[in-house]
Amino acid sequence: MNKIIKYVLLDIVKSKIVIAYTLFLLLLSIGLFTLGGSADKGILSLLNLVLLTVPLISIVFATTHFYNSYEFMELLVAQPINRKKIFLSEYLGVAFSLSGAFILGVGVPVLLFGGGLTGLYLLLTGVFITFIFVGMAFLASVSTRDKAKGIGIALLLWFYFALIYDGLVLFILYVFADYPLEYATLAMTALNPIDLGRIIVLLNLDVSALMGYTGALYKSIFGSLLGVGAAFGLLLLWVLLPVLSSRRIFSRRDL
Amino acid sequence: MINQSKHIFILAGILVLLLLSQSGLADTIKVCKSCPITLVKQAVQKASPGDTVLVSKGVYRESGIEITKPLALIGVNNPVIDGNFTGQLITVVADNVTVQGFTLKNVATSYRKDDAAIRANEQTNVKVLDNTILNTYYGIYFQNSNNIVIRNNIVRGENEGRTESSLGNAIHLYYTDNVEITGNNLQGHRDGIYLEVVKNSRVNHNISQNNMRYGLHFMFSDGNTYTYNTFRKNGAGVAVMYTVNVQMEHNLFEDNWGAASYGLLLKEIRDSAIRNNVFRRNSTAIHMESSTRLDIENNDFERNGWAIKVMTTCLDDTFRLNNFSGNSFDVSTNGTTQSNHFSHNYWEKYTGYDLDKDEVGDVPYRPVSLYSMLVERVPPSVMFMRSFMVDLLDNMEKVLPSIIPEQLVDEHPLMKKIHHDNDRELVQVLRQTAGAPPRER
Repeated sequence: MNKIIKYVLLDIVKSKIVIAYTLFLLLLSIGLFTLGGSADKGILSLLNLVLLTVPLISIVFATTHFYNSYEFMELLVAQPINRKKIFLSEYLGVAFSLSGAFILGVGVPVLLFGGGLTGLYLLLTGVFITFIFVGMAFLASVSTRDKAKGIGIALLLWFYFALIYDGLVLFILYVFADYPLEYATLAMTALNPIDLGRIIVLLNLDVSALMGYTGALYKSIFGSLLGVGAAFGLLLLWVLLPVLSSRRIFSRRDL
Repeated sequence: MINQSKHIFILAGILVLLLLSQSGLADTIKVCKSCPITLVKQAVQKASPGDTVLVSKGVYRESGIEITKPLALIGVNNPVIDGNFTGQLITVVADNVTVQGFTLKNVATSYRKDDAAIRANEQTNVKVLDNTILNTYYGIYFQNSNNIVIRNNIVRGENEGRTESSLGNAIHLYYTDNVEITGNNLQGHRDGIYLEVVKNSRVNHNISQNNMRYGLHFMFSDGNTYTYNTFRKNGAGVAVMYTVNVQMEHNLFEDNWGAASYGLLLKEIRDSAIRNNVFRRNSTAIHMESSTRLDIENNDFERNGWAIKVMTTCLDDTFRLNNFSGNSFDVSTNGTTQSNHFSHNYWEKYTGYDLDKDEVGDVPYRPVSLYSMLVERVPPSVMFMRSFMVDLLDNMEKVLPSIIPEQLVDEHPLMKKIHHDNDRELVQVLRQTAGAPPRER
């Protein structure tokens, strides 16, 4: 399994897209930190970027990679190797390379400009989001053999989590404004990894003072180490869900 | 030679004057460790009306000093009166009293008696000058008095790990008129300055910071002016209520940051002016409720969470020539009806153009964003702050306004930030062109 991961990793690095991605992140983060003045401000602007571009690039790159290495996988399947192992090493190869690019591109500037604990949360969130969206990309890819359709599904997933979901929740909140919605909001944010990541980081910045009663409630839940652990646990669940279901589909279906 | 004789003449003059003052006007009683009188209390008892009590450097462990006649109680080289938590330090029960130049410290919390370092009840012409008051329950406490001067004092308490109710106020005035509060530094108490039914008074050049509750707190205190004060890092900022005819100018409201903090909370304030103030890094710079006919002009709002929260109960307020920059929300309101007037403000978020180059934008600006309305209506939606969807919705609403209040609009937004000190000319020109602020009454 390690050998396959190593091979996939090397293959990805050779394609130079990941290097370009690293440089892109590096430039943007350094730019935002120097423009923003304070580290807090830099992290705040970086957060928006991380939550929009990282899922998009992860999901598109992973989907195209999956279809491009279809022949390689077919070759491996012909060998006496467990299908689950093949799938997992493919997944880990892509996820490791993208999160490595993220850690280099964002982590180094965050450390350099003194991001502190919040910076660490931002990094962790970014890594989790990379893993989650690569998993979703694989789920989209194993559900259909048609490459165009697969990429379409992947983009739709990104669109849903990055945009539509927030709109839907805001609409629901607006319609049910007369009810106490604090815990409902909490539950609904847990159903979207992007929102979850954003809130973990925001609560640790001083903008959280603007969030009033709901923010205080969130802070009492997510503020402690246990709470942050629980939030990252939820994110881990979000990683496992698409990966395990797509692995199941991959090991059963006709290639 | 001429010079020397002049000097001698002046010296002789001073000597004569000194002698005159000694014999003719009043006695001076000295208190020090080696003097016949070693306690301030004894000196005050012994003095006759109009005397001066000079207290030399040293630590005097006493409390319950009662001033029953017109006196000047003056500390030389900053003597310390240490109450050692045995009760109130100085009680003034006479008119025309001056207390100057002391360090007063250690008064215990007393819920029944409200002990203070200096207190006066029903007196006129009392001056409290240049004192340092440390670790007391109340600092300076006046009630039912008149013509009071509180100048250049430092009042510092310990609020670390204490509750709001076990702390007193640094300066506490109740039913007291004609007060001058100038140049004081107030910190670590419940409220920095607390005024209840205090009329015709001036509060200038004070610094009030790190107080548990409010930096400045007044109620029913008409006709007062507040200028050049700094209110910084107070638990809940500044709250002012139920008052008419207040002038607040050149004050700095800074770093009042927290879930329940306000730079300035206005409740039922009428016919007042808030001009040339700076509001920086407050979670809400101004929160207005039931406040009418206010002139809010020439202020700077920088990096606040909300610059202005104006409730629909506010009528006929004018916002002119203010700078809004770096605020998360510029203006927010809780309803669609609006009868306040915004014009000629600088909004950093304004994206319009100025074709005729008169430095006034040609497109009106709506400072209320859809999202701020939503947050006001559904507080939990604040958790979607910084979400991409929110930015998108705000931009859509800006192009086609349908939910945000139609009347809350700045028809003449300025293109450039106003520098309030050097832009007098621009401001004057704008005043002339705009005429008097158009108000419908």
